[in-house]
Amino acid sequence: MRAALLIARKDLLERVRDKSAFLYGIVAPLALAFIFSFVFNPIQESTFSAEYVIVDEDGGPIAQAFAESLYGLEDADVATVRRVDSVEEAEQQVETGSDAFAGDEEAQAHAAFILPAGLSDSVLSGRGGRITVIGAAGSDLAAQVAYSVADGFAAELGAVELAVQTVAHSGQLDPATVGGLAQQAAATENPVTVEDVSAQTKQLDQTTYMAAGMSVFFLFFTVSFGVSGLIEERRLGTMSRLLAAPIGYRSIIIGKALTSFALGVISMGILVVATTLLLGAEWGNPIGVALLVVAGVFAAMGVLAVVAATAKTPDQAGSFQAIISLVLAFLGGTFFSIAQVGGIMETISLLTPHAWFLRGLGDLQGGQVTAVLPAVGALLAFGLVTGGVAWFFLDRAVRP
Amino acid sequence: MGGDAGQDDVLTVLPGINDDNARHTCREDDMSGAHNGQVLECRGLRKVFGDLVAVDDVGFEIAEGETYGLLGPNGAGKTTSISMVCGLLERDAGEVFVDGDALTTRSVAPKRSIGYVPQELAIYPDLTARENLTFFARLYGLSGGELKARVDEVLTVIGLSDRANDTTDEFSGGMKRRLNIGIGLLHKPHLLVLDEPTVGVDPQSRNAILESVEQLSTQGMAVLYTTHYMEEAERLCDRVGIIDHGKIVAEGTRRELVELVGQKDRVRLLASGDLEGAVNATRDLDYVLEVAAREGGLDFIVECAADNLTALLGRLSSAELAITSVDVDEPNLEAVFLHLTGRALRD
Repeated sequence: MRAALLIARKDLLERVRDKSAFLYGIVAPLALAFIFSFVFNPIQESTFSAEYVIVDEDGGPIAQAFAESLYGLEDADVATVRRVDSVEEAEQQVETGSDAFAGDEEAQAHAAFILPAGLSDSVLSGRGGRITVIGAAGSDLAAQVAYSVADGFAAELGAVELAVQTVAHSGQLDPATVGGLAQQAAATENPVTVEDVSAQTKQLDQTTYMAAGMSVFFLFFTVSFGVSGLIEERRLGTMSRLLAAPIGYRSIIIGKALTSFALGVISMGILVVATTLLLGAEWGNPIGVALLVVAGVFAAMGVLAVVAATAKTPDQAGSFQAIISLVLAFLGGTFFSIAQVGGIMETISLLTPHAWFLRGLGDLQGGQVTAVLPAVGALLAFGLVTGGVAWFFLDRAVRP
Repeated sequence: MGGDAGQDDVLTVLPGINDDNARHTCREDDMSGAHNGQVLECRGLRKVFGDLVAVDDVGFEIAEGETYGLLGPNGAGKTTSISMVCGLLERDAGEVFVDGDALTTRSVAPKRSIGYVPQELAIYPDLTARENLTFFARLYGLSGGELKARVDEVLTVIGLSDRANDTTDEFSGGMKRRLNIGIGLLHKPHLLVLDEPTVGVDPQSRNAILESVEQLSTQGMAVLYTTHYMEEAERLCDRVGIIDHGKIVAEGTRRELVELVGQKDRVRLLASGDLEGAVNATRDLDYVLEVAAREGGLDFIVECAADNLTALLGRLSSAELAITSVDVDEPNLEAVFLHLTGRALRD
């Protein structure tokens, strides 16, 4: 391991000297993220219109009140609200929503609100209740609006409980009564909780999307400086010296992997902070972002290691890496939302680490760190599979 | 590459292995592993690339303080052979022992005994000379004060102390070549393997490199030196293995190789006087194998001209011959190679 660390340290020093990693890892993605977010933002903001469906299995006053609040959106020409009879029908409309919004079908629904039977009774008796919001793939903004509406409604009901405590402070009740009410209020569940099941289908605001897209696109170039170092060592003739040295030959491979990992994580870390501060990107929970970054770097290392293990010359490796990085980025939706295209392209995009990285960031917008785990798992799987293939062939790359 | 080297490119005395004050501690431990005094033993080496048998049944031994040359034309199998000796290349057959320890491509400890200087420059252009040396010194286990002292010492010896902190892409060809050799000497190896170190080097630097190798062997280092320059092999090597088409076709000291092919020294005289009388006066000498008169002189084939030339000239002077010129041609390795393979070294 000592030898691997020495090799990684040497490689990082070289990369600092030649400034190429700095250019590919930080300057280029930052500049393009700025340009793209600036160009696309006005278009995005002028086209909002949402289709919602509501399933009222409750029929009580709480459900009625919620439905009324939704119709307020219709009055504001922001959304169209339709009632459907069953949860299944609502789910079907939301599921086909992505394709519909791509323009090849009748519009279905950006999101569905499920008001379960007994909601009103449960809320009114103080036991709390649950409203479920289901968002459609590719309708991130509309789904976010739906979630906010439901969340606001739930918060409004919560204010009733707050009002009890406010009255107590005014001194109109005796202290014993206040104590009892306070205990009762503390024990009472939030009257309505909003369950957001659309997390897996969310996407990012345009600025964040472009920042993340450019970051993951250039990540594949930055990481390549590490793994393609095997070929570079051969070009420089220094591979023979490394092989003649009293170190395990796997140390050379591990050293290059450490270089890739460090370059990837450092450049992504800087980009996350820089785009947040300079462009106002909202990446989400730092822990979730960190998990995605590490998993994304791991996936990129695996893909590019295959190239490094199979390319015969530095030029060939450079060409392969550029082509693969571009194709994966294109299919993965780093330049535009692949969900807007929909159909087979959306399915194909799931074969790219880029799509999973962006999808993971979208999932993270719901606020739960655990929401990124599917994407993290997919990215790690990419890394394991491609890295495993590369490991099998890397012996060929470690030669004079 | 070496054409741009100037006066500053003269390689002075390289650090020797008998400098015990600076010897890396692990090297002392390795000394106990010496095998019958042989630092390197290899036998039956074979390497095949597709249909090409690059090396076939190559074997030799090198003792402490001995310089062994692998002499052969380009493509003869020299680099492939030493790549297997140094554990860079997987061999298809054969064995390699360094200080008595078996060496393979996966070996770690035996490689500590080897200093390898590849034919092509093998340095990092974006790192300084000091950083290059420090990196490789650490790979060989040096650290702390010992590492710094050793790096400084090598920088001084290769004449790059004043350029230690410059990146090597700013160096002349000769400076890079010196650094390339210096890296191989950092850890004071038992066995120094130099793969055609003078290829592409200007004559001045080339001579300096040869002087340095001579000095290293006198200090006890075993040296494996590959070359296709006959003069270098004759000058440096205690023993020479002549390699062609992947096989060692002959091996021994220069004298042994010359005798192997049955060639003797040729002495050519420009003289006037009784040439036929001179022929008769010398024909019966033991060391004169052939003698013939020609216009303006005599041609002799003799055994060991160095030992017998004085006596021969004495016999000729007594025969009243006026000698104006003496030219001695000793058979060289070029002639041996030609004899053994039917073609010249540089064909």
